[in-house]
Amino acid sequence: MSERAVELEVLRYNPETDREPRFQRYSVTCREEWVVLDALNHIKETVDPTLSYRWSCHMAVCGSCGMMINGEPKLACKAFLREYRGVIRVEPLAHFPIQRDLVTVIDDFMDKLARVKPYLIPKHEKPLAEGEYRQTPAELKKFKQYSMCINCMLCYAACPEYGLIPKYIGPAAIALAHRYNQDSRDGGRDARQEEIASTEGVWECSFVGACSEVCPEHVDPAGAIQQVKIKSTVDWYKEHLMPWLKK
Amino acid sequence: MAEEVNRRPYVREMGWRWIFRHPRYVRYMLREFSCLFIGGYTLIMVWGLKQLAEGPAAWQAFLEWLRSPASIVFHVVALGFALYHSITWFNLTPKAMPLQLGEDFVADGLISGAHFAGWAAVSLAVLYFAGAF
Repeated sequence: MSERAVELEVLRYNPETDREPRFQRYSVTCREEWVVLDALNHIKETVDPTLSYRWSCHMAVCGSCGMMINGEPKLACKAFLREYRGVIRVEPLAHFPIQRDLVTVIDDFMDKLARVKPYLIPKHEKPLAEGEYRQTPAELKKFKQYSMCINCMLCYAACPEYGLIPKYIGPAAIALAHRYNQDSRDGGRDARQEEIASTEGVWECSFVGACSEVCPEHVDPAGAIQQVKIKSTVDWYKEHLMPWLKK
Repeated sequence: MAEEVNRRPYVREMGWRWIFRHPRYVRYMLREFSCLFIGGYTLIMVWGLKQLAEGPAAWQAFLEWLRSPASIVFHVVALGFALYHSITWFNLTPKAMPLQLGEDFVADGLISGAHFAGWAAVSLAVLYFAGAF
């Protein structure tokens, strides 16, 4: 198996001793087919056990290992070393506070995710005896792509609006709210609108589109946000110009 | 929830360099900047209307100014920005207005293509009523 010499420049921050983060250079020999996460694991095992980062599945499913690789938000488990030339710069996800080294504080996202109620709120509760909620392939297709979100937060690191206006609910949370709004079994749209149709919701988005470009699961949060904008606008006109319709 | 400890997280300042982090942000900022030129063009139109209301001499002076090199340069640049904004915007329409017919979604190219066709039709109509042909 062929090997390659790799130089990584990793942003380090120890909250107990450092006033600010600094870059540390590691030179390691890696296998040709490794990803950045393999290189980090190799460094942790053989060079520097103090290096901190999150990871779990190593197969782009858990969404834990999001980090900036040469300035782009990437899953470290999906970023192949062979695709990079020269020194590979690894930093924590942009726009999130740094907890330690490559570990970020994600409380803000977790809070926003909970606020948009990303779960089915059935239109009518029906007893088990009536059987399952049925759905046609067309109804499934309407929301399926949004359900592929793995909460990796790469879209937040790509979104300058979120970086500039931290109150913004952000791409993934809105895309997930939209996913449930689009679900034929769901009746929770009104409850979610309060969060996502607010100023801090879709209206902070100026359609940069970076969220959809960096998504490792090919979800289209930018599309979801624009669709919510259009539907919310239609709601507003219905409410103000045609009050007799009552939504 | 566990007891809150002083974790001393480090917050990075964003600054303005993010614009150059990736070409997509430069493209986005160009689209945003296009509003300055389109806004400027609109102001010139309003100024033109004012000159028209003030009589033939004022209108003639406005037409003279339109032929000046500065005006021509501005109009060429504004046209470039207007085209850039319109084309990138229409290319984004499939994201904002997906259309599901039966099980499948209509191809992106058809949705943006319909917008381009509408744009062409309206432009031709405006040119026709302006007496261009």
